[in-house]
Amino acid sequence: MQYLVSVIFDKAGLATPDEDAAIDVFNDRLMAEGHWVFAGGLAAPSSATVIDNRGEEALFTDGPFLESKEYLAGFWIIEAADLDVALKLAAEGSKACNRKVEVRPFL
Amino acid sequence: MREAITLAHHEEWARVVASLTRRFSDLDIAEEAAAEAFATAVERWQADGVPPNPGAWLTTTANRKAIDRIRREDKRGHKQKEAQLLLYDDDPPEPPGAIDDERLRLIFTCCHPALAMETRVALTLRMIAGLTMPEIARAFLVQETTMEKRITRAKAKIKAARIPYRVPSAEDLPARVSGVLAVLYLVFNEGYLATGPDTDPVRHDLTAEAIRLTRLIRALMPQDGEVAGLLALMLLTEARRTARVSASGELVTLDEQDRGSWDAALIAEGHRLVRERLAAGVAPGRYQILAAISAVHTSARDVRDTDWPQVVALYDQLVRLDPSPIIALNRAIAVAELDGPEVALAAVDRLEGKLAGYHAYHATRADLLRRLGRGVQSRAAYDKAIEIAGNTAETAYLTRRRDELG
Repeated sequence: MQYLVSVIFDKAGLATPDEDAAIDVFNDRLMAEGHWVFAGGLAAPSSATVIDNRGEEALFTDGPFLESKEYLAGFWIIEAADLDVALKLAAEGSKACNRKVEVRPFL
Repeated sequence: MREAITLAHHEEWARVVASLTRRFSDLDIAEEAAAEAFATAVERWQADGVPPNPGAWLTTTANRKAIDRIRREDKRGHKQKEAQLLLYDDDPPEPPGAIDDERLRLIFTCCHPALAMETRVALTLRMIAGLTMPEIARAFLVQETTMEKRITRAKAKIKAARIPYRVPSAEDLPARVSGVLAVLYLVFNEGYLATGPDTDPVRHDLTAEAIRLTRLIRALMPQDGEVAGLLALMLLTEARRTARVSASGELVTLDEQDRGSWDAALIAEGHRLVRERLAAGVAPGRYQILAAISAVHTSARDVRDTDWPQVVALYDQLVRLDPSPIIALNRAIAVAELDGPEVALAAVDRLEGKLAGYHAYHATRADLLRRLGRGVQSRAAYDKAIEIAGNTAETAYLTRRRDELG
């Protein structure tokens, strides 16, 4: 079972060196214990482009699809047996990156 | 016959739902098949008499109903996708004699921390207590369709997010048990101090249901101190239920209650539990301390015999564990009896920032100001308390007290 752990943040700025170091330790653990699938940090929402190609031609829009104070700052995809395991890992992830996270199961 | 079915419903509902959930890995199927089995029992037992082992009869019937439903859905092409994986359970089979009760798994799944509190309450009342959807909707004053949506959404989340169907590991157990107890305490309190202008001030159906569920948890986890504490607290509170509302529908405060009408059997049982926890010699949690406070009150034949130093000492212990303003408010009420209303009022006034929106804060101030002869301020505090109080009996009591100020 895979879960998306989204990192939610509401201020400008990237992770501090201390936060980066804690994230590295957490990532190593995810790998060692077989939970790691993928993870990454994202550039600021202002760097996003929204594309809609459902019509005649592709439309490109500058900026994120949703204007809100909170934004997706990064994510993990983890492998976990059930939600209890995923929640525990997510709690540690939140501590490591020093931000709120959301856990959502893949279908 | 009605009694036999009611009894079987109380005794067997959760067991049937739990064992079907385990077998079919699906709460939906388990719930529906259990409901159908009980409906069949109503007809069949009427005609053939109650079977010698009602629980086994119900489980067998419900199993058959579940298999029928799965076959029907298969025919219609709704294949049960990965039926065995819908609820995840990687435990090895329980050794005989271990906690073999599947109801515990069901309880922990329904009270999972990833579900909203109101959802946990609704699921627990449906899956474990076996209340019907209209009953639950009525209990919490919401539309039946709203309650149905809430439960359907919860079952979908349990499935999609794979909320496990198992008893938590030993290290997680205390936190998870306290989550379960919070659900039961909420149900009890809603019954004990029901809200809403058109509701009975005390909802015996809810307090009784909460006690029944807590007894069940107690039977399943006899070693847990907080479970015993919560059960004792509920029993000692329930014992005073009939004395708590007057014939005219007005709240009767502890000091004015007719102590002769308290339920002696419930008090004896509550006291036994409190003594059992004292004898265990383990540092008590909040429910055990609250139960001990209740035990002190119910030990006094007359309000003047109340051991107030003991009550305040217990509140001191509770404040160290749970420094919430509501605990501090209740402590101040006991302090008024020990050190006088002036000292208590000073303590209560310090809580204004946190409790200004809570009716009991204003009711307590009103009472202390009245005792200090500060009528004008007391009246203002009563006005405020009446404005916020949601319980009809409490409003009636506060109104009388205010009008007696003259």
